[in-house]
Amino acid sequence: MKAVITVIGKDRVGILARVSGACAEHNVNVLEVTQNILQGLFSMIMVVDVTNADMEIDQLASVFGKLGEELGMDIRFTRTELYEAMHHI
Amino acid sequence: MLNTNDILESIRMISDENLDVRTVTMGISLLDCADPDPKKACEKIYNKITTKAKDLVSTAEKISATYGIPIVNKRISVTPIAMLLGCAENPDPVEYAIALDRAAKAVGVNFIGGFSALVHKGFSAGDRALIEAIPEALAKTDFVCSSINIGSTKSGINMDAVKLMGEIVRKTAEATADNQCMGAAKLVVFCNAPEDNPFMAGAFHGPGEPDCVIHVGVSGPGAVRAALAKNAKGLATDEVAELIKRTAFKITRMGQLVGNLVSKELGIPFGIVDLSLAPTPAIGDSVANILEEIGLDTCGGCGTTAALAMLNDAVKKGGVMASNHVGGLSGAFIPVSEDDGMIKAAECGCLTLEKLEAMTAVCSVGIDMVVVPGDTPAAVISGLIADEAAIGMVNSKTTAVRVIPAIGKTVGDTLDFGGLLGYGPVMPINMTSPQVFIDRGGRIPAPMQALKN
Repeated sequence: MKAVITVIGKDRVGILARVSGACAEHNVNVLEVTQNILQGLFSMIMVVDVTNADMEIDQLASVFGKLGEELGMDIRFTRTELYEAMHHI
Repeated sequence: MLNTNDILESIRMISDENLDVRTVTMGISLLDCADPDPKKACEKIYNKITTKAKDLVSTAEKISATYGIPIVNKRISVTPIAMLLGCAENPDPVEYAIALDRAAKAVGVNFIGGFSALVHKGFSAGDRALIEAIPEALAKTDFVCSSINIGSTKSGINMDAVKLMGEIVRKTAEATADNQCMGAAKLVVFCNAPEDNPFMAGAFHGPGEPDCVIHVGVSGPGAVRAALAKNAKGLATDEVAELIKRTAFKITRMGQLVGNLVSKELGIPFGIVDLSLAPTPAIGDSVANILEEIGLDTCGGCGTTAALAMLNDAVKKGGVMASNHVGGLSGAFIPVSEDDGMIKAAECGCLTLEKLEAMTAVCSVGIDMVVVPGDTPAAVISGLIADEAAIGMVNSKTTAVRVIPAIGKTVGDTLDFGGLLGYGPVMPINMTSPQVFIDRGGRIPAPMQALKN
């Protein structure tokens, strides 16, 4: 099962390391990463596989939400269906 | 195939523009809870609601966390309670309201609708008792909402009920005068009430509905306003309509997705998506601000009705394509106290009750969350209800009145309901008396449905 992690906020050292580290810790496999920086605003989107993750997605959402608070960034961990529903007919 | 910009747009709509699913409402039929013994009936009501809805809140919250979609309210609508009173011996309707309130608190929802009666053609057993008990029922409960349907396009307007409801709205405000007249904010008088409405205070579970069903009401004025602010400069009106349609499509798809998920998880059929723009008092999450973004100086000025008509139609067109079944109220809401832009427009005198009445002819619902002076006579409120019902009856649409007489207050004062109900300035109302008209009672005959002009 796939999920999306979005990370938005002010750029700083070690964001990718911290987020991918948290993925590894919970057995979440990173499939794709896109990131860019626009006018100092960092945005990263990770498509991940949660088939073998050690917890449910709502719990992962809470874990990554707390990581976001720690880093001062908006981090969301969600299933992909919302984005498909909103933007595809 | 996931597109980065699409994902970021969705996140922005949720985090910056207040996009959310406004309500997941479980409709529960209580027809099988009718009992000649009122105590037994109340027990059956409590048991059925707490059994059917025991997992509603936890399921909605889990889906909200898993999919990253805010679901603001979890609610319940039930069969109009007047239908259960008819077969009971000397029932006290207030006891039924208390049973509903207890059940709502037990399952953790924030409103339960259905302390209702459908009297558009006349009163049957239980109807009058329920209506007369509304002031006490809404004062003694926290979460119970009440609605009365007093007219329809097919049957006309029950003027006896109109007269009664003017008095009841006043008494309900008086009974909760020490609590911002809150009772009246939980009472709505309808013409052409929909049976599958998920929004409060008017939600009830109509007799044509299945035993249990999930309805969803979407929101998103902030997202529409932001889309217009970003992209509408220099566009012709039909291009603006197209932009609104596209945004409404995205908003509604979110509601459809949530409805499908909750329905599947609970094993309860999915009813409808209510395609609505439901504002909140949060800055920017305002239908009035959308109208101003379209090009009005202030909501309530000349041009408001036309802009609102276009907005309302575009929301429906975008939403219909995005959902399997559409129902409820479906359209732009204009509740004054719940909309930051409407509050400001009312405070500065740009938005008047007369203009609001005109606006209700082209959008969802009606005179909603309007605070009127505390000395407004019952007959004037009845006159307002009759006017609003006439617009609904003639135009084959739902209209409603939810006005709050601010007991002890007058123009220049405000009532603060808190939360999503917001706060509202006391608005002036024409106090000339329609007493003789209202006292006539009887019925306004159903209107012609041909020879339209």
